[in-house]
Amino acid sequence: MSDILVYAETAGSAIHPVTFELLGKAGELAERLGLKVSSAVLGYNISDEAPELIYHGADKVYVYDDERLRDLNVISYKNVLVRLAREIKPEIFLLGATPWGRSLAPRIAAALDTGLTADCIDLQISEDGRLIQVRPAFTGNILAYIETTSKPIMATIRYRVMKKPPRDPDRRGEIIARKPEGIDEEWVRCLGKISEKRVSLADAEVIVAGGRGLKRKEDLRLLEELAGLLCGVIGVSRPLVEEGWISKDHQVGFSGNVVKPKLYIACGISGSPQHLAGMRDSNMIIAINNDPSAPIFRYADYGVVADLYDAIPKLIHSLTEAMSREGRSSRRA
Amino acid sequence: MGQEFRIIVLIKQVPDIEKVRFDVDTGRVDRSSAPGETNPFDLHALEAGLQIKERFGGSITIISMGPRQAESSLKDALARGADRAILLTDPRLAGADTIATAKALAATIKKLGRFDLILCGEKTVDGDTGQVGPEVAELLEIPHAAYVCEIREVTRESIKVVSDMGDKYLYELKLPALLTVTRELNSPRLPTLKGLLRAKRAEIEIWTADNLLEYASIDQLGFQGSKTRVTKVIIPGVEHRKGIILRGDDAVKKISEVILREVLRR
Ligand SMILES: Cc1cc2nc3c(=O)[nH]c(=O)nc-3n(C[C@H](O)[C@H](O)[C@H](O)COP(=O)(O)OP(=O)(O)OC[C@H]3O[C@@H](n4cnc5c(N)ncnc54)[C@H](O)[C@@H]3O)c2cc1C
Repeated sequence: MSDILVYAETAGSAIHPVTFELLGKAGELAERLGLKVSSAVLGYNISDEAPELIYHGADKVYVYDDERLRDLNVISYKNVLVRLAREIKPEIFLLGATPWGRSLAPRIAAALDTGLTADCIDLQISEDGRLIQVRPAFTGNILAYIETTSKPIMATIRYRVMKKPPRDPDRRGEIIARKPEGIDEEWVRCLGKISEKRVSLADAEVIVAGGRGLKRKEDLRLLEELAGLLCGVIGVSRPLVEEGWISKDHQVGFSGNVVKPKLYIACGISGSPQHLAGMRDSNMIIAINNDPSAPIFRYADYGVVADLYDAIPKLIHSLTEAMSREGRSSRRA
Repeated sequence: MGQEFRIIVLIKQVPDIEKVRFDVDTGRVDRSSAPGETNPFDLHALEAGLQIKERFGGSITIISMGPRQAESSLKDALARGADRAILLTDPRLAGADTIATAKALAATIKKLGRFDLILCGEKTVDGDTGQVGPEVAELLEIPHAAYVCEIREVTRESIKVVSDMGDKYLYELKLPALLTVTRELNSPRLPTLKGLLRAKRAEIEIWTADNLLEYASIDQLGFQGSKTRVTKVIIPGVEHRKGIILRGDDAVKKISEVILREVLRR
């Protein structure tokens, strides 16, 4: 039986959570299409992680645990995965649409001379059993439905668009240790990680985002206070990063982070297509803007037409009061 | 001092995305009101090339694939300081997906002969894929680094770059190599008056599929060479949003209730 192959991305030694989401989706597709789910994990000291892939849906895990795979070397990783794909001939090959996945996948696709669909947000099966890949394009303004005419069908899938399957430690599967071949010792040298990202917006449940409606860098504190209250993190539109007010880790949008929090509060953000591309799939969107014609209002569940310098302090005050009331009542209970 | 340093910059002309009209009901993308402009990310790739050329000498060749109108983007690149510009334009190249595009570009580069560095933007604002750069690198069998936000050092043999993959990594690549760059890398210069005059007189070289046949067969190119097909396009609406607009004194109180109800209690 042939396979759906899922690349298990490791950053350092931990498996990137998008991998589990892919395994969940692969399991669903495999059942409908009569396939099995395989996964490949590459890195150094990562063998211990292999069972996790089985617990989340893999039937077979190919493990390439080798010191020479410690660094993310795109040539080595490509060579190993291309060899595996040539050997097991998967029908479908999925990778996370992380920056690393989006750098690695096209090389593999070109080497295998197959089609690749970038940054998918859904995979569907048509009535006659073909795989339909759904992805945003035109800076997120449209959704394109795409079919691939070659094998394997390759796609990178966005983080947090598919559901992570429950972990089942009783699930059984086969773990196959492999020696990597095609290690690159000539072309690419990773000289180390020089900085870690400070926040992971993609993982945040609440994001309080500020835009050019903020007048000074110091005013970000206002948003910080609100975010702190909601256990959220700060996001920003691009101009604030360009001004040097805050690091790019905080940027939401087409050239920044794509996010999907439970709550996104956009303060003084107009709602440009590039900004919307990064946050329009948030579960709930609240916009605060003093211009009633700002496009962001069209994408919001709740829009507050107000000066943010007036509305946010009031909101902080109102939330603090309500929370302390609730704290008191729950303590009484 | 040896051979000249040859830089290739891959650019694409895209519609000004803010002026494209997206019709939610028909799913139609109407570009007629959107003038073409150079993909914003590609201007940063060109700027990186210009800065390297300033230090090393050498030459910058621009390659673009697209309709004849894309000439204006190539002229603009010449005005900013590029030396040579080639436009691949041919109905047989049209309708290409990323792999077919990469094959056309790789064939062009092979035909040009020796090169040291290829630069491109991290992605385009119409395709959004970011795949063509790494695919070209694979087809040319050279290393690449994606999401380059800093170039630290360039020598004749190698280049040191910072790749922003959330965490930032320092890589050294052996040349020839390909980089896809982010907008953080630099601030693109504007064309100079002298550049504009020079670009006005300069010829854009027009290549067709026939120019590529040494390195790619016709069935690998354009729509025919594509391995993915767009079967449907939809323009997502916003019906699922509540769209409640609040003003005045009560607004904040209501919002605070919503936040408490929907978000904090769970
Ligand atoms: C290739 C490319 C990529 C890009 N990528 C991104 C990206 O990833 N992310 C991104 O955000 N942008 C991106 N942009 C930039 C984008 O086009 C917009 O310029 C940007 O999003 C605008 O940011 P803004 O909404 O903060 O500013 P503006 O559009 O200037 O909006 C400011 C808003 O604040 C409101 N306001 C002003 N004062 C107040 C007040 N006192 N109280 C309440 N409201 C107030 C105004 O009414 C206005 O609506 C990109 C652009 C390009 C070309």
